[in-house]
Amino acid sequence: MGSFIAIRLVRLVATLLAVSFLTFLLVNLLPGDAINALIPIEAQQDQEYVAQVRAEWGLNDPMLVRYGKWLGDAVRGDLGESIVTSRAVSSEIAHRIPVTGELMIVTVVFSVLMAVPLGVMSAYREGSRLDQVISGGAQFALSVPGFVAGLLFIYVFAMKLGWFPATGWTRISNSISGNLMTVTLPALSLSVIEVAVYARVVRSDLVTTLKEDYILSARSKGLRDGFILFRHALRPSSLTLITVVGLNIGLLLGGTVVVEFLFALPGLGKRLLDAIFQRDFMMVQGITVFVAMVYVVVNTLVDLVYLVVDPRIRKAD
Amino acid sequence: MDTAVDPAVAARRPWIRRFVAKMPWVTRFCASWLIVIVAAAVFADLIPGLADPNYQGFLFGDGATNEGPGLSHFLGTDNNSRDILARIVYGARVSLTVALAAVFMGVVFGGFFGSLVGFVRGKTDSTVMAVVDVILAFPGLVLLLTVVTLLGRRDLVVIATVIGFLSIPPYTRVARANALSISRREFVTAARAIGTKKRTILFREVIPNVLPTLLAYAMVNAAVIILLEGALAFLGLSVEPPTSSWGTMVNASRVDLQINVWPAIWPSLALVFTVYSLNNVGDWLRRLRSVRSAAL
Amino acid sequence: MPDNVANSPLLEVDDLRTTFTIPTGDVKAVRGVSFTLDRGRTLGIVGESGSGKTVLARSIMRLNLGTNVTTTGTAAFDGNDVLTRSPSEMRQLWGSEMAMVFQDPMTSLNPLVRVQRQVTEHLCRHLNLNRSEARQAAVDLLREVRIPDPDTRLRSFPHELSGGMRQRVCIAVALACEPSLLFADEPTTALDVTVQHQILNLLSREQADREMAMVLVTHDLGVVAGRTDDTMVMYAGTVAEYAPTVSLFADMRHPYSEALMRSIPLTSFPSHTRLAAITGRPPDLIDPPTGCAFSPRCPYVQDHCVNEAPPLVEIDDPAHRLACWTPVGSPEALTAFEKNLAAGLPQAVAVDVSTTWSPTGGVDG
Repeated sequence: MGSFIAIRLVRLVATLLAVSFLTFLLVNLLPGDAINALIPIEAQQDQEYVAQVRAEWGLNDPMLVRYGKWLGDAVRGDLGESIVTSRAVSSEIAHRIPVTGELMIVTVVFSVLMAVPLGVMSAYREGSRLDQVISGGAQFALSVPGFVAGLLFIYVFAMKLGWFPATGWTRISNSISGNLMTVTLPALSLSVIEVAVYARVVRSDLVTTLKEDYILSARSKGLRDGFILFRHALRPSSLTLITVVGLNIGLLLGGTVVVEFLFALPGLGKRLLDAIFQRDFMMVQGITVFVAMVYVVVNTLVDLVYLVVDPRIRKAD
Repeated sequence: MDTAVDPAVAARRPWIRRFVAKMPWVTRFCASWLIVIVAAAVFADLIPGLADPNYQGFLFGDGATNEGPGLSHFLGTDNNSRDILARIVYGARVSLTVALAAVFMGVVFGGFFGSLVGFVRGKTDSTVMAVVDVILAFPGLVLLLTVVTLLGRRDLVVIATVIGFLSIPPYTRVARANALSISRREFVTAARAIGTKKRTILFREVIPNVLPTLLAYAMVNAAVIILLEGALAFLGLSVEPPTSSWGTMVNASRVDLQINVWPAIWPSLALVFTVYSLNNVGDWLRRLRSVRSAAL
Repeated sequence: MPDNVANSPLLEVDDLRTTFTIPTGDVKAVRGVSFTLDRGRTLGIVGESGSGKTVLARSIMRLNLGTNVTTTGTAAFDGNDVLTRSPSEMRQLWGSEMAMVFQDPMTSLNPLVRVQRQVTEHLCRHLNLNRSEARQAAVDLLREVRIPDPDTRLRSFPHELSGGMRQRVCIAVALACEPSLLFADEPTTALDVTVQHQILNLLSREQADREMAMVLVTHDLGVVAGRTDDTMVMYAGTVAEYAPTVSLFADMRHPYSEALMRSIPLTSFPSHTRLAAITGRPPDLIDPPTGCAFSPRCPYVQDHCVNEAPPLVEIDDPAHRLACWTPVGSPEALTAFEKNLAAGLPQAVAVDVSTTWSPTGGVDG
């Protein structure tokens, strides 16, 4: 078990290094010299000034040297400062984590709570009318992107019914009810696809599990169906669900960019977009690396959760 | 009832009719929609009576902005008085080109690399997969956003190439997993045993057996890619205006959503139906394949 | 009334038929099986894979899952038909009155649930025991099935136990609520040879101690020999031969029983003896043959066998029932065999070349 964790941690560090290097490479190799973002084109006539700025930002050093410097700072939590606002990238990220974090947690929790009963019902009555309706619905929901669902929700629940605000964010520290009002529609928009993905996973996994011998043997002991479903069958299926939730965090992170844009939420995704439009390359680099790191770390955590849930792996060491 | 057809009679039908006969009606509908949308995108310039997607009638005193569906404009006009139907048809070009590029690059390059490393294994395998894992460690849309922005130019070729390039890793992974199991099968062992060249085995035995799985994956992957391009366009980062794209249209419709919902509804429906059709047909093909392999 | 119950057989199966509907047709897995089993008696059901023995056992227990299964006929347990009972009535029977030990102990225990819960969960339900009582009962059970150090084992997960240990756990699970009828479905097939005997002996001992009726399903005639009171040989979903085990082994009359016997290697054979495998394959159960199901593989086949299925009838001994037109050892069988051998019928030739056997019956020795 110890070596299992050790291997995962070594792999985590290696992936993080590779991810940060790739981001650095992307931002620094692609066309569109950073100098264009630092100095307006008109001011670039002044060669002396340009050279001074280049030196100031270390743009003259070889790329590996710059990566080394940047990585050294990044390890200490310093992701540089925004070219546009001159504020530290790390503090801007920290300021926006609560919004994106809350949005994602609410979405995942809500989606799992919706998807598990749907998937279980669907699998338990495999092939029935109910199963056809749930499976068909999931296939359809899988085709509705967050921005379409979000726009629909805004139109119906904000514009027509006026139950929720169409845009904006209230921090939870300011007002809990206000916060709930502003998180509901964005989280629902993200949940449409998530519920479908999870429900399909639970269903297909459970359908396989329910054909296992140990389910038959549990039946032959005279246990109730509900007990068998939730205490015997769902546990192995929950492993797959955890993996899929982890893998889907990547999709969800992309989804939050769109939804934060649509609902004008002051989250990480919105900040990334702003930085992109302002060609604030330090900010883009910082947020991209941070988001990729979150994704990699979450998936490592998922591997570790396996240890807790599946005794076979604990032993397999 | 199709199911009641005598098998001997059914066998005499052309294969395409037999294939269609097995489809549930929803899948038939989806397949038809895909054919219609592809045909419309390809032959958009030839469709009689289809308006110019960039013609702003109100500038010339010819039509109004935000018209509802009607006779002159079948699906109405947007807030620039452009014909929505025409913009959807031309928008399909963007979505489908991007999807095609992704599938093509994914199947060709991803399929080749994946089959190769799954077959030869060893160092090549671990190196290629390490690169693949790093690229896949980025959330797709975020990586796409970064690359597209940093490239600076945003025409259809750039967008399609970038999305196509980013679809190589997932196909590589799928192909490798399949090639690994295929390389352990008897017919590959047999080919090795009689001294067939490795390159011949790869092209004659491994790749042909990886391809069907890859193509079934391609259906579902095309749906994901269309959603991705839609999201990118919705953020205003896909193909530059005035070229129409479904996501761009949905984004633009937000301004006048209070007074006119049609410009939001039509492109959304086109997007959702196309993606749903790809998912539905893809799932059906996959089921068909698994039934067939189970029957063997 | 109590007298009546005590005298009536524990299990009375009459014309049981089970059919699975699949896209290519109806698989008639069990095609009219009847037998009775008295309290505390044991029955061995023998047949090769696909003979319907497992489906028969599961049909009686109503454990065939899926919406594509239909079972007709009656299976009276304690005088009441189980096939017409509601699911909740079945749940009362399962575990407490009827229990089953499955073929593969690797898969019939939930890998993610500790042994303790798997042994006690139905105890709690059927006997209303509280946690500590259930735990004590579990310890006693594990001790009874000879699992060393039961306290530790209760906290184990199945993968931490050996195959034999797991099957002992499965037996403990089945015995927990003192059922009056136990089905053991190929309980030793998945185990090491050295463990097989221990498990069979354990089952026999528990069966005798508890005066529990037991149905032992197996593909191995050697397993039932000396262990069961009666033996039923099944072929293609029907009963080929049914007799007290002792008289069956003394006088095997069905060509299929004989063929099964012939395919058992014996240490008394000279080395390099060729075993007579049964030629051909079991019949297609979607479209079974009109005549005797074994006729395509039978060395004694005659025209009559192909045209008409033989009924299951009593022969000399009223307890010995047989479904065959040309019983082994009869003059008709001998004539038919010689005719088939001359005609070069593969099944007759295969028998002829196995040197250890002669068509007059028995093994040369």
